[in-house]
Amino acid sequence: MSDVVVAHDPAEHHEPHHPFLQHHFEDMGQQHEASTLGMWMFLATEILFFGGVLAAYWIYRVMYPEAWAVGAAQQNWQLGAVNTIVLIVSSLTMALAVRAAQLGRRGGQVLMLILTLIFGTVFLVVKGVEYHAHWEEGLFPGDAWHWNHAAPELVPKVQLFMTFYWSLTGLHALHMVIGVGLLLWIIWRAWRGHFGPQYYGPVEVMGLYWHFVDIVWIFLFPFLYLIHGTGAHHG
Amino acid sequence: MAEEHAPEVHVTPLWIYIVIFLALALGTILTVAASRFDLGMWNTPIALVIATIKAVLVILFFMHVIHSTRLTWVVIIGAFLWLGVLFVLTFADYLTRGWQLT
Repeated sequence: MSDVVVAHDPAEHHEPHHPFLQHHFEDMGQQHEASTLGMWMFLATEILFFGGVLAAYWIYRVMYPEAWAVGAAQQNWQLGAVNTIVLIVSSLTMALAVRAAQLGRRGGQVLMLILTLIFGTVFLVVKGVEYHAHWEEGLFPGDAWHWNHAAPELVPKVQLFMTFYWSLTGLHALHMVIGVGLLLWIIWRAWRGHFGPQYYGPVEVMGLYWHFVDIVWIFLFPFLYLIHGTGAHHG
Repeated sequence: MAEEHAPEVHVTPLWIYIVIFLALALGTILTVAASRFDLGMWNTPIALVIATIKAVLVILFFMHVIHSTRLTWVVIIGAFLWLGVLFVLTFADYLTRGWQLT
C-alpha cells in the first residue's frame, strides 16, 4: 500500500507525485487508462479508414476476379512473405519493449525499441525494392503505365488493381514511416530513463500503434500478393 | 479524496509472447502454403480466416486487450461493429445488382 499521507489542506502541503503526472489527472493509473482508451478511439478511426479502401478493393475484386489474379501474380510473393515475417518480429520486439518498461528495465527497453526500429526500416527498404521493380515494369497507374502482358481488355483492370496496390501499401508505408519517427522519440525518452512500472503509457501507446500497422499488413499480404485464380501463374 | 492508484501492471510472461509470435509465423507460412494450391472456392476464405486469427492474437496478447478495461473493450467492439456495417451494407448493395460486367 501507498504510505503517502494525503494532505487535508492542499494549499499547505503537496503530496509528492510522479513528475510525468499531468495536472488534469487524479493519478498515474487514471492517466494510463485515459491514454490507452484514447489510443483505441484513434485506432477505431484507423480501422474504418483502411476499411473504406478495403471495401472498394473487394467490390472490384468481385467484379474483376481475373484482373485481380493477374495483378497479384505480378507481385513478388517471396519478398512479401519475408516482409510479413519482418513485421511480426518487429511486433514481438515492440511487445517486449513494453514488457521491459513495465519491469523498469531501461537497457532492455532501449534494445528492444532499437530492434523494432531496425525491423521497421528493413520492411520499408524491402518495400522500396518492390516499388522500384514495379516502376521499372511500368506497373504504376497513369501516364507512367507501360505494362501490357495481358489481353488488351484486361490491362485497364490490372491497372485498377495496381491503383489499389499502391494506395493500400502506400498508406501502410506512410504509417510505418510515422511509426519509425515516433519510435525515435520513444527511444530517446526510454534512454533518458523516463519509463517504468508507474509510467509506461507512451511505450504502451507506441506499441498499440505499431501492432495496428502490423495487423493492416497481415491482411494486405494475402489480399495483394496471394490471389489464386485464373492467370495466377507467373509467366 | 480519491485513493492514489498506480497503473495496473499485467506483465505478460515471456513464453506467451514467444508462443504468440510462433503462431503468427506459422499462420504466415500456412497462408503462403495454402495459396500455392488450387483449392477452388476455398482459397479466399482460408486466407481470410488465417488473417483474422492472426489479427485477434495480436489484439488480445500483443496489444494487451485481454487485460484491458471493459470500456476499452466497448470501444474496440464498437469499431469492428461499424466496420461490419460498412462492409455488410456496401456489399448488400453492390453484390445484389444484376449489373452486366465486362
